[in-house]
Amino acid sequence: MSAETSETTAPAPPAGRPPTRSAIRRRGLPPVLRHLGWALVAFLAVVGLTLLTDPFTNLRIATIGYYLIAIAGLALLTGFNGQVSLGHGAFMFIGAYTVALLVLHVPGLPFWVDLLLATVAGAVAGLLAGAAAARLHGPYLAGATLALAVGLPAVTQRFPDLLGGSNGLSFTVHSEPAALIGVVPTTRWQAWVIWATVLLAMVILVNLSRGRLGRSLRAVRDDEVAASLAGIHVGRTKILAFIVSSACAGLAGGLQAFLLGTAAPGSFTVALSLSLLAALVLGGLGSLWGAFWAAIAFVYFQAWAEDAADAVNLPVNVANNLPLALYGTVLIVVILVFPGGIHGVFSRLRAAVRSSRSSSSDRSEGVS
Amino acid sequence: MLEIEELTTTYGPVRAVDRVSISVEPGAITAVLGANGAGKSTLLRTISGLVRARSGRIMMSGTDITRMPAELTVRRGLALVPEGGGVITELTVAENLRLGALWRGDRADRARALREVCELFPPLASRLARPASTLSGGERQMLAIGRALMSRPRLLLLDEPSLGLAPMITARIMQVLRDLRASTGLTVLLVEQNARSALSIADTGMVLALGQVVMAAPAGTLLTDETLRHAYLGF
Amino acid sequence: MDQFLNLTLNGVASGAVYSALGLSLVIIYRATRVVNFAQPAFALISAYLAYSINQATGGYWLGFAAALVAGAVLGMLTERLLVRPVRHNELGAIIVTLGLLIVLQAVAGMVWSNEPHSFPYAFDFRGDFSPNSVFVVAAVAVTAIGVLVLFKATPLGLRMRAAAFNADSARMSGVRVGLMLTVGWGLASAVGSLAGMLAVPPFIFPNVLDGVFVYALTAAVIGGLDNPLGTIIGGFLLGVGLSYVSGYLGPELVTLASLAILVIVLAVRPNGLFGRGLARSV
Repeated sequence: MSAETSETTAPAPPAGRPPTRSAIRRRGLPPVLRHLGWALVAFLAVVGLTLLTDPFTNLRIATIGYYLIAIAGLALLTGFNGQVSLGHGAFMFIGAYTVALLVLHVPGLPFWVDLLLATVAGAVAGLLAGAAAARLHGPYLAGATLALAVGLPAVTQRFPDLLGGSNGLSFTVHSEPAALIGVVPTTRWQAWVIWATVLLAMVILVNLSRGRLGRSLRAVRDDEVAASLAGIHVGRTKILAFIVSSACAGLAGGLQAFLLGTAAPGSFTVALSLSLLAALVLGGLGSLWGAFWAAIAFVYFQAWAEDAADAVNLPVNVANNLPLALYGTVLIVVILVFPGGIHGVFSRLRAAVRSSRSSSSDRSEGVS
Repeated sequence: MLEIEELTTTYGPVRAVDRVSISVEPGAITAVLGANGAGKSTLLRTISGLVRARSGRIMMSGTDITRMPAELTVRRGLALVPEGGGVITELTVAENLRLGALWRGDRADRARALREVCELFPPLASRLARPASTLSGGERQMLAIGRALMSRPRLLLLDEPSLGLAPMITARIMQVLRDLRASTGLTVLLVEQNARSALSIADTGMVLALGQVVMAAPAGTLLTDETLRHAYLGF
Repeated sequence: MDQFLNLTLNGVASGAVYSALGLSLVIIYRATRVVNFAQPAFALISAYLAYSINQATGGYWLGFAAALVAGAVLGMLTERLLVRPVRHNELGAIIVTLGLLIVLQAVAGMVWSNEPHSFPYAFDFRGDFSPNSVFVVAAVAVTAIGVLVLFKATPLGLRMRAAAFNADSARMSGVRVGLMLTVGWGLASAVGSLAGMLAVPPFIFPNVLDGVFVYALTAAVIGGLDNPLGTIIGGFLLGVGLSYVSGYLGPELVTLASLAILVIVLAVRPNGLFGRGLARSV
């Protein structure tokens, strides 16, 4: 999964110098195939990881999977396109309920169709939201998306019979092939399904972000007027960003419903939307790798903090709130000290290593 | 009044002001000339304290103001009229003027200063309650100078006051500066691309190029000596 | 007819709270171009302090005053220490204030537990438009007028506005811009704590102000984020409008109605009803 931003693409060798080894390697396969290859490797790594760990950890691994695609979508919208969305959770809500409703009311559909429709539902919602938001900027956009995050889950109260009210909808999905039941624990199987889907979606996202759409997104983020003068249709680009990111969120919501067997409004609070954004900034805004770190941080930080609180035997009030207090503190500290997030730190390390390596190879080849 | 030694200001790797040394007598009007990008604006912004100097010294009447930020240099009697005027368009004309004198705290003196500025620039007097955004270019420049004068400066820095203005208004502004120098002993440092109008009231002229002082001479010499004029002023 | 009057009056009372909290957001936004997501948390901590003082001494008004002071202090410290370093990074500032919101809510839970505690009203709250409701509206009205007078008619207000509109020009006029920003945050947070004290009763718990915050932000956005008067009007309009929705269409539709109102207003005026937005010269 080589999701590179403009700062981290390999520098072209200066004219007159023989191409470096890495440059030759990069000129091999077309990008899509390369990415699929990496996705396959990553999938095998995940399978291996799940085989080595217990079902509870498998659950966490699965959770990281769908948060990865959700946050990656947000990275496209907020990171690459500069539209600050505080309502990403609302699109996950749509995806989750789409899956739940389809499983309950159209049980004949194969599960992958349900996921596809969840993605489409997210995309449609993104189209509507993006069209409404296209003229909004900065805090106005933030306020509108926040209202979306608050308002949309309230629909469940309006239609309690169809949507199950505050309790939400529960269902079971039998996706495991008969041959594997009993051999592979359910959560492990679910983790595989989730990660296969997520990695496939990530390949699509990576190719989108590195192609013309990605360039248009960034151009609009950096300077709308200049972008439109350069021939980019600004409104369409912004709406497209919403569509793609909401499709990702819809897929993520669908996968969450698949994993948990429920869709309930309590899972899609304002806090979720805010946490997704915060995690993204923590992971690093400028690159899809940031989404990866974000998803890990999102799931594991809470888990570690809870375990730590249990271990130290603190009074109930402190123990309950310590994970959140720590998470908030980490957010503040990271933004103040490392505005580029975790990915930013790694980028700088890589750049430092590269520059020292190239200067030493200069010396060894005797190039002036 | 103003002694500048080896002043250097950098923007990243670029030396916008490069080891400039200037000496300005009290009551003198000095024109700072040069092409776009020569460092004239940066020089004024550094002296006034909006921008930090890299190295060098700025002494004003014996006080070291090199590291002094803009909000404090005003209190020492230095006022800057930046390029474009720096008028706050969301405030009214009267509010812009009052702002210039707020730090002094003496209400009676503020009222007096306001009257004096209105006498100097009658168009402002009739527009006191209007938002500054409704003023024309010339009126805005008058407001900018008026705001600076409200702080009763001893040293007035002006960055291209005639930019975009009609010749008549430019002439009026130059006349006001000359009258102020005559009546109050105001020292003026005037940055201009329009060399002719600046030199018409200045005692001394200096030319900046690439951040360095390349020429300093009495204004009369610069105007009349053809070789100097062609070489440094372009006319 | 009775119900209409009732709903209107109640809407005015809740609208007053949205206006006040929205006003605090707008003061900060105008000064530093940052949406202060931590504002409800400042108000929350202030209210909890008032609660503790009330428990210890039985004095409601002492706690009230302490809440205002606490809010101001929290606001000033936050601006000086946390926000100033990231002022020019819009998203960074949002995340810092979000982080602070999370931390402060968690701290509130640690110190006072997540269980709801009973929180007193200022005055008698019974009846259709109770003495307490009158107090709420009056307090907000007085505060709003006070803030507007401060900004328009005092030297301090002029300095604060100048610092917010054009920092460099303000500096050239001798305004200590940094100090003005800090004071602005302090003033705004004191107003926010007032809103909190009015919104919290009858129970206080760490998430009590979340809903109010969303409506306050909605009111500020509707009114125009750089326009204090617009926000106050927006708050009252929103309060009354949502009251009607709750009464005639059902309380579960209120959040959706709020969203709809926001979308409609912004569709017609992307910078809010009275906002001006930032024009850019190309």
